[in-house]
Amino acid sequence: MTNPVQALNSARVRGWLYQALFLACTLAVAWYLVSNTLTNLATRGVATGFGFLHREAGFEIGESLLPYSASDTYLTALVVGLLNTLAVSAAGVVLATVLGVLIGIGRLSSNWMVNRFATLYVETVRNVPLLLQLVVWYTILNRLPSPREALEVLPGIFLSNRGMKFPVLVEHAGHGWILLALLAGIAAAIAVVRYGRRRRETTGKPFPTLPAVIAALLLPPALAFIVTGAPLAFDVPALAGFNFEGGGSVTPEFTALLIGLSVYTAGFIAEIVRSGILAVPHGQTEAGLALGLSPGKILRLVILPQALRVIVPPLTSQYLNLTKNSSLAVAIGYPDLVSVSNTSANQTGQVVEAVAMMMVVYLIISLAISGFMNWYNRRVALVTR
Amino acid sequence: MSKHSPADQAPIPTAPVPPAHWAASYEEEPTQASTPPQANGMTALKPFGWAKDNLFNTPLNTALTVACLFLLWLVVPPMANWLLLNASWSGSSEACREAAGACWSVIAVKHRLIFFGTYPYDEQWRPFLACALFVAMLGASGVRAFWRPWLAVAWALTLVGMGVLMWGGVAGLTYVPNDRWGGLPITLMLSVFSIALAFPLSILLALGRQSSLPAIRTFCVGFIEAMRGVPLVSVLFMASVMFPLFLPEGVTVDKLLRALAGMTLFTAAYLAEAVRGGLQAIPKGQYEAADALGLSYWQKTMLIVLPQALRIVIPPIVNQFISAFKDTSLVTIVGLYDLLTAATVATTDPEWRPYFAEVYVFAGLMFWIFCFSMSRYSQWLERLANRYTRR
Repeated sequence: MTNPVQALNSARVRGWLYQALFLACTLAVAWYLVSNTLTNLATRGVATGFGFLHREAGFEIGESLLPYSASDTYLTALVVGLLNTLAVSAAGVVLATVLGVLIGIGRLSSNWMVNRFATLYVETVRNVPLLLQLVVWYTILNRLPSPREALEVLPGIFLSNRGMKFPVLVEHAGHGWILLALLAGIAAAIAVVRYGRRRRETTGKPFPTLPAVIAALLLPPALAFIVTGAPLAFDVPALAGFNFEGGGSVTPEFTALLIGLSVYTAGFIAEIVRSGILAVPHGQTEAGLALGLSPGKILRLVILPQALRVIVPPLTSQYLNLTKNSSLAVAIGYPDLVSVSNTSANQTGQVVEAVAMMMVVYLIISLAISGFMNWYNRRVALVTR
Repeated sequence: MSKHSPADQAPIPTAPVPPAHWAASYEEEPTQASTPPQANGMTALKPFGWAKDNLFNTPLNTALTVACLFLLWLVVPPMANWLLLNASWSGSSEACREAAGACWSVIAVKHRLIFFGTYPYDEQWRPFLACALFVAMLGASGVRAFWRPWLAVAWALTLVGMGVLMWGGVAGLTYVPNDRWGGLPITLMLSVFSIALAFPLSILLALGRQSSLPAIRTFCVGFIEAMRGVPLVSVLFMASVMFPLFLPEGVTVDKLLRALAGMTLFTAAYLAEAVRGGLQAIPKGQYEAADALGLSYWQKTMLIVLPQALRIVIPPIVNQFISAFKDTSLVTIVGLYDLLTAATVATTDPEWRPYFAEVYVFAGLMFWIFCFSMSRYSQWLERLANRYTRR
């Protein structure tokens, strides 16, 4: 570092200079935007800060997993919205995975017809905007007959423009015991799997793990069920006046959102599953056959572990997409986080705070899902030296 | 949907056949692959042979084929009746009420509303011409022989021409403010402009993410991850509600521009990740060779890295274009009048209210045609790109 002119020729010094310049510009822009925002908010008479969260919300929410009324605070309302988002995303992830895996396997089928059906599904679903699909599902569900002429799709399950009604189990003291027995069964199953693996690794003798696990899972609850006197009473929905009474129900908004999200995402998951299975070279199957493994074992021990490695990362981003897409709920009136934040922002004028909270919550959900999937990915990752 | 999927419920009677899902998915892949050569001449002569190879080769496949045929029998005749045979093609809504099938007259009556929204009725040849010009340019840009500098000039001229057509106010055209625009032009313009503006931004973001300067890298990573972590709906809300707050008092930005800004920032974050994939795919030797030649950072980037990286990422960029095109439908939530909004408005007319399915089928078909042709094009591009690497 002799003189300033020579110092400018050093890549490091110039790096610092560029960064200082960049930071200065960013800060200047940020300061300009923030000061504008503050002035604008002041002229509109909006107080900044999160104090509004403890004020009374004053609006009703169509469906809620928590007890909620219009006299609760904005904070409660936002929590209700968040829970609704999580509920529909969790259900959607499960449904979309099941449907997507089935269709992905169908895309690989040697059966020409199954293959074409799966292709038709994928190409249709992926090339039409999700919002359009959601609106179509919602319109269909909304124009179903009224509860008086409800369709009975399965005995006890009614579809009408008020949503789906289904029978629920009547609570009984025995259910706790059955649940306890099930937990004990799960613990036993884990123990059996561990024992089986240790025995195979030490003695080389196979252990019939699958039947043992099924027995461990099914027998204790079944026993508890019989011992507690088979408490199996259903609360079946019945028509009373203009609506149904009794039973459980799902609103048309939830149903439309769930169907739309699952059907749409399943199209993408199907392609991921297909490419994952195709990514495993055929030589692996042949090697498995040469070792004398049964086809089922080849699938379970050779193909799937390798295919999962390819499938899991893009699958994670599909799960994230599904969660983020659940925000389209706002278009069909399902009270998810975005919709509740939007209402709150409109009522209080606290736009900045509402949007910031919404973004932070989605970021946390995204990070949580990708964190979980990364953990899983590490578990299935190839162990190299 | 599960009916035609090879679920593992079907029994497998014969011994050598592996379990259901296994047999259907992977094991028989090579059989299928080896079929075409031998079946080449047979397909025309012996359809039975083809059916035996592809539909009834194992008991499981036979069961699946029968299930599929049953599904077809359940779905196709009623669909054909509804779509075509019993449909009413023209006339009033009374004629539709008597017909048992679809009411395509709703499209005949409403198609101009669906395509052009609230654009003045007598002037709707202008958005039509603008869209036609636009689609023609999109098609021309797909042809490899046209990838020359004059294409950029042609695009600039097209955009100016479209602006003149849509706004008017010159050459004897009446002025149409852009809050009267709607339908297909909005969908096309939002998707194309957002991607065109997002592309340069995404290259800068991707380069910044790979940069060795910590401040710039942190900023780019933060921006990309924040944008990718939140839903587009919330970005659009932010753009439509918070944008006015950011600007000095008295300055207002048009609703369309605000949505465009939101879409651009969102698309840029996703594109940046695609571009980063391309940057990472360049062998390290290329960077080192450029450094050894004494090229500066920008010379290295513009002459060595980007030309190679961008060629790799053309297919992902086209895929991103497809999602951007589909995502434009979300602007309906912030009150813009795109194709989907126009379709929804068309279904609310009391006279045609029962025929929502026809309108949505039509709108869906519009989106589908654009997206499907783009995805086919991206597959073609991928084959083109792999042409050199395969040898």
